[in-house]
Parts: sequence; C-alpha cells; structure tokens
Amino acid sequence: MHMADALLAPAVAATMYVASGTAAGVSIHKLKKDDDAQKLPTMAVTAALVFAGQMINYTIPGTGSSGHMCGGMLLSALLGPQAGFLSMIVILAIQCLFFADGGLMALGANIWNMAFYGCFVGYYLIWRPILHSRWFGEGKSAQRARIIAASLLGCIVTLQLGAFSVVVETSLSGITELPFGAFLALMQPIHLAIGLVEGLITAAVLCFVYEARPELLREVDTSDTSVTAKSSLKATIAVLAVIALVVGGGLSLLASSNPDGLEWALFGNAEEGYAANMALDEEDFGVSSAAADTAGSIQEATSFLPDYAFKGSDSAVGTSVSGIVGSAMVAGAAVLICLAGGFFRRKKTAK
Amino acid sequence: MNKMEKALGELSEMDELAAGGSPIHRLHPTAKLLSTIVYILLVVSFDKYDFSGLIVMVLYPVLLFQISGIPLGVCFYKLRIVLPLVMAVGLFNPFYDRAPLLYLGSLAVSGGVVSMLTLMLKGLLCLMASFLLMATTSIDCLCASLRRLRMPGLLVTLLLLTYRYVGVLTEELAVMTDAYHLRAPGQKGIHVSAWGSFLGQLLLRSMDRAQELYGSMQLRGYHDHFHYAPIQSFSVRDAAYLFFSVAVLCLLRFTHAAELIGSLFVR
Repeated sequence: MHMADALLAPAVAATMYVASGTAAGVSIHKLKKDDDAQKLPTMAVTAALVFAGQMINYTIPGTGSSGHMCGGMLLSALLGPQAGFLSMIVILAIQCLFFADGGLMALGANIWNMAFYGCFVGYYLIWRPILHSRWFGEGKSAQRARIIAASLLGCIVTLQLGAFSVVVETSLSGITELPFGAFLALMQPIHLAIGLVEGLITAAVLCFVYEARPELLREVDTSDTSVTAKSSLKATIAVLAVIALVVGGGLSLLASSNPDGLEWALFGNAEEGYAANMALDEEDFGVSSAAADTAGSIQEATSFLPDYAFKGSDSAVGTSVSGIVGSAMVAGAAVLICLAGGFFRRKKTAK
Repeated sequence: MNKMEKALGELSEMDELAAGGSPIHRLHPTAKLLSTIVYILLVVSFDKYDFSGLIVMVLYPVLLFQISGIPLGVCFYKLRIVLPLVMAVGLFNPFYDRAPLLYLGSLAVSGGVVSMLTLMLKGLLCLMASFLLMATTSIDCLCASLRRLRMPGLLVTLLLLTYRYVGVLTEELAVMTDAYHLRAPGQKGIHVSAWGSFLGQLLLRSMDRAQELYGSMQLRGYHDHFHYAPIQSFSVRDAAYLFFSVAVLCLLRFTHAAELIGSLFVR
C-alpha cells in the first residue's frame, strides 16, 4: 500500500504531511509528558523487529500463497498508540529512504494510511474496547479470544480505511482516469483478504506474547488466569471471519453501486469546461515584436524540419511536435551526459 | 540468499555509496535535502499530459548522478518496488481516456497513453532524486540536518536507533529463517503452527535486549540527546548550490524548455 510520489499532487501530499505531522506532534507531546524515557530503546528495537518481521513469509494453509504481518496493530498493542505511531513513522521512513518503498513526498500520506489508522483507530476504537469488554466470558482463553478478535478486526478495519484513503488521495490528485467507484471496488476486496491474513498472523504473535509474558501487552488484565472459558477458539475465529467477509463485501458493494454520482460530485461537469476551451482560438494570441522576429529568423535558419507539422498537434497541452522533438533531444542529452560521465570515470581509474 | 539477507545487502550498499567523496557528497546535507524536496515538488506539479515539459527534468538527476559517480543501475534496481503500484494506477488510463490527444503522422495517440507515460516518468524521476539524496548522504548527517530543521529530537533519535537495530534484527531473523528452512525443506514459508512462536520468541528476546540497551545508554550518560554527526557548517558553497539548483529547476519547470529547443528545429 506504499504510495509513490508520482501518485500524489503537491497539495494533497502537503495536506497529508500536515495531518500526519499533527498526529506525530501530539504523540511526542504525550510521550514527553509521561516522561517514559525507558521507552525510547524499546520503541527502536520493536520497530526494527517489525521492520524485519514484515519480510517473513507465512504460509497460508490450504493455499499456495504466503502472507505478511501487519505492523500498526502489533506495535500499538505492545507499546501503546503514541509510541506505536512514532515507531511506524520511523519504519516507513527507513523503507522510503533506503528501499524506495514509498516516496519522500508521499511519506505524509503513507504515515496516515498505514500508521495513523493502525495505531490510533486500531487501538482506541478496537483494541481497547474489545479487551475491556466481557466478550467470550471470563478467564484466560476468553482473554485470548478477545486478543484474536481485536487483532483480526483491527487489521481488517484499519487496512480497509487505509485502502480507502489511498483511493481518495489518488483520485483527488487527478492521477488516474479510473472512475472513483471502480478504483474503490478494485482496492477494497484485495485489502480485505490481505487484512484477514495479516490479522491472523498478528493474532498468532500476540497470543504467543500473551502466553509467555502477558504483562508486555497493553490493556490486558493479567490478574485472573484461573477460570476457563466456555467458548471455543475455532468457533470464535470462524464467526469473526464470516462477519468480516459480510461487512467488507457489503462495504465494497455499497461503494461501487453508484460511482457516477460520487464522481460527478468530486470532479464536476467536465463537458462545459471542454466546450469553453474549444472556443479559444490560439492563433489570435500571436506576439509580434523585434525580438520575436529575430527569434523567428533564427528558427528559420536552424529548422531541419521546415514547414512540417502533424495534424492537430498544436491543440494538445504541451505535446506539440516541437515538444516531441525537444523531448527527444533532451533524452539524447541525458544519454550523452551518462556516456561522458562514464568516459571520464574510466579515464580517471585508468590513471 | 533469503529476502532479509538481500535487504541487508541493500542497506550496506547504500552505506557504502554514501561514504563516497565526490563534490556532491561533500555538500551540506540540508542543501541536498531542500533541493531534493523542491525537485520532487516541481516534478509532481507537472500537468498529467505534459510529457515533453517533464522530460527536461531528467537532466538534473542524470547530471548529479554523473558528478557524484553513483551508478544508475543500482537506482533502477529499486524501480521494481516503485513501479508496480504506479503502473497499476496508470495502466487504466489508456482504457478510460481514449480521446486522441495528438497525431504522429497517421498514428493517433490518446490522452490516456500520454498521461500513463507521464505518470511513469514522474515515478522514475522522484525515485532518482530521493535515491541520489540517500546515496550521497549518510544517515547520521541526514539526521543532524533534520534536527537542524527543527524536527523533534525524539523522532530523530528514534530514527537513528531503529536504523542501527534494523541491521542487527534483520540479520538475526535471516539466520532464524535459514535455520527454519533447513529443518523444513521444501516448505515455502513459516508453517501455521509456528506463526506465533517464530517472531514471538525474537520479540521477547528483543524487548529484554531493549532494557539492557537502555541501561547501557544511561551508564554512558545518555540524557535526552545524541551528537549525531560531525558538525558541518553551512558554507557559501552550499548556499550557492541550493540557490542555483532551485533557480535552474524553477526555470526548467516554468519555461517550456523542451518545446523551445524543439521549436529551433521545427517550425
């Protein structure tokens, strides 16, 4: 889901930077207020672990494919939402800077899509309420069921939100011609499947931590571990998976059922603008001055393709014939620079 | 070689490149950072059909790559990560935007094709610029520069520490993955029965390690900040570089250079 720079308009990218920057500022303020200096190395090591852990392939039973882990939910469950958010920022920054995964300018949007939802929405609206609830009864295995439910639901919901944001940001940037509804219908189901697998992997890791060192997890009540629960774990997972599928499927149907209305609202009626543009006659805006005449005569002398133009080529925005020829020459110049650089380097090493 | 070892290789390759001594390497990181941001902003601000305007921007990274002696091949290798999503978004353009935008002889080129090519070129140029920044600037210098630009100290220290531990933990996981696969030959990934324990074991060990790390940091007198890198002053040379690069980039952006060059030859 890492967005590249090319997918965002500067205004959208800047807006996302402001949004993510504000969230980061609030998080830093909160951490400083708590004065939990011990957290810094823990954050760094956990962030590094999640970074590396995202490269592990987990075999999905029954299929030939493999899945990966979801970082946001895991980090916020271990470190809390603020510290988790900052750790995710750092992970995304390292992925962007050293692995070209996501762009420098798109970092703000990527932080929002992947870290903000995963850490804040996932923690405050899903992890904490579920773990404080009395779902699945009392006792240790009920607690484990709650952890599984929270991780599954958290990963699915936050990934859906992230995918939705990617679609909105790309559409607002005017990058793709794909209608908003169609793009949404393409992205949401894919991320539903990814979210399900990520949720299961995150649940497995968190359950292991719960078994071994429950005090490391946030919002987990470690006091009572004696009573056994009535509900079975497999049934819980099955029920949750069905709910997730129904909700996700319903959401994507809803999204694509009336794409035209939404599209119209977003982009307005393009027809009118086009007609207005067509009435514009570019010939009327010619400039005549001494300088222009001199330039004209230079042009006359240097033209190797005189009186040669393609039909309708001047109407296009910045893609006239001279544009194409100029582009080709620039590309040639770029290649020449490369060749010259290589030549001088070879000469230097030969010496 | 597994995925993690490859990632480690990429990390050390970037470190090696950043340790070079070209004129670009010696520039102040703040100047490089700011000019890179300006470049990326200008590149993405081009109109979606303005392919010929955009292609002029290729000159800036290509020139700097040559001056700094960074091989272009390493940069293109990273395209495998950037291009898929850009392509996924751009590839639909030719199907939806089919109005002919220009004619090359009798061949009609639709707006969708032009906007797709422009999008891909934008992706490539932005990648080249940020790769160039990282290949000529070490992470310590970059962090010092970020601190100077008033980035919160906590975040900068976290970035540096995490970068340090990414190497350690990735190596550890690479060894674990190798060991796992040697014991489970012919298996593609981690089996479902080990999903939790595989990463969980390392997680517990790492959390303990973090405590020790904090202890040792305190013993060495850690108090809220690090000295990131040797302090490099912002010289006249750096200011001149920043000024000229921004000026030239703006000139390339706001005058239609490719068309001007082309119009010298085509009337």
